[in-house]
Amino acid sequence: MARAKTLLKNEQFRLTLDRLCYEIIENYPSAREKCIIGIQERGVLLADRIAERLAKLEKGSNMKVGKLDITFYRDDYRLRTVPIKASETDIEFSIEGKDVILIDDVLFSGRTIHAAMAALQDLGRPSRIELLVMVDRRFNRHLPIQANYTGLVVDAYDEAYVKVEYHNIEEEDRILLFSAKSSK
Amino acid sequence: MSQSQLSTKHLLGIKYINTDDINLIFKTAQNFKEVINRPIKKVPSLRDVTIANLFFENSTRTRISFELAEKRLSADTVNFSAASSSVKKGETLLDTVNNILSMKVDMVVMRHPAPGAHHFLANHIDANIVNAGDGTHEHPTQALLDAFSMTEKVGNLKGKKVVIVGDVMHSRVALSNIYCLQKLGAKVMVCGPPTLIPQHMSSLGVEVEYDIDKALAWCDIANILRIQLERQDIKYIPSLREYALYYGVNKERLSKLDKSITIMHPGPINRGVEITSDVADSEHSIILQQVENGVAIRMAVLYLLAGVRGSE
Repeated sequence: MARAKTLLKNEQFRLTLDRLCYEIIENYPSAREKCIIGIQERGVLLADRIAERLAKLEKGSNMKVGKLDITFYRDDYRLRTVPIKASETDIEFSIEGKDVILIDDVLFSGRTIHAAMAALQDLGRPSRIELLVMVDRRFNRHLPIQANYTGLVVDAYDEAYVKVEYHNIEEEDRILLFSAKSSK
Repeated sequence: MSQSQLSTKHLLGIKYINTDDINLIFKTAQNFKEVINRPIKKVPSLRDVTIANLFFENSTRTRISFELAEKRLSADTVNFSAASSSVKKGETLLDTVNNILSMKVDMVVMRHPAPGAHHFLANHIDANIVNAGDGTHEHPTQALLDAFSMTEKVGNLKGKKVVIVGDVMHSRVALSNIYCLQKLGAKVMVCGPPTLIPQHMSSLGVEVEYDIDKALAWCDIANILRIQLERQDIKYIPSLREYALYYGVNKERLSKLDKSITIMHPGPINRGVEITSDVADSEHSIILQQVENGVAIRMAVLYLLAGVRGSE
């Protein structure tokens, strides 16, 4: 595995998570319903953490949590050498007229978010879609897409690879920067 | 990480795919089942793909099912049926297909009366080929949707007992089902009048039983086949009434068992011949679920085949 540099971990990571939650609370009066939707697969892990913290930080938090799989909406399906595997979409509520906060771990080219918005349109017409990401790689965008809530901004070359790890899945909460994507 | 790509670029038959392929198709079909139960039943996955449906033999269910699957994946489709085509004017299969392919078609879904027609094509053309039935040989998507419906009803098929009842000799569904169920670890028995059971059935590793009551007592699931009169060139059974009497699955036969078994039928049903209405419409019958799953399974097959990169 390529050598990794730790950009953020443990306490710092949790502070960032809390800051993101407070930003959401600031924008949404608690009575207003919001839909937290994680993008499969790694975005779902972050969405779960955000939802869990939000519920603790805000009394009577009015939110719904769902998972969105965008595999069938990708525009690069037939261009890839190894296809991505589909996961489940689990949104047990209507998003029609709701405020949706899409959640993903890393914002890179913007294509995932582009596909996610197309996928959401097929489930209904939200009144607003916002985007929350843990890592924004701001110089690597292919599409004009920006996040509303950003944990950490990372400036790196295209070949670099950023991974967000969680203590309940990997050993600890941290953000890692690899010089190249490993062939794992 | 488990497999995310099929091991083959064509679906010619269940014989030529492995257990991992089958499980990947099931997993993907589950995701598509969620899609087709949404208000907007369509995803843009194959919007850059053109699929030709070549039906050299009649079909209603399979053809509609494939067409719906293609449309729900946003593929462009062209349809062709032998009755209204140049085949009647003497064109060969390869010429017909090559003509269609030169109009830039990426995938071919074909039903053909000759066993092996798909293998022949696979050797000569580049497009992905999906077998929608070749004569009395294989009908892989039917076997996949049957097995998928079984797992939905009874869970993992390992060790489960499935009996295939009826006209095994003329049924491509039977052969594909046997391969598919065996790859998933189920035990398979065939049951029918001796004239309609091929001679060397046991060489496939299946049990043969001529007494329907014993077969039903043995199994967990009964997949009942149609008597295919149109394929029978000579008389294999004295009459349909006699077949119904000795092999028809009816409520009386099922109520003699000390358990309830799951009833399946690939359609079209001849009510009152191989199965009675009270059985076909009973709570243990999953015949309509089979049809629903057919679309999801075919979406999964087309989607996954489109993702296979050629070795060239």
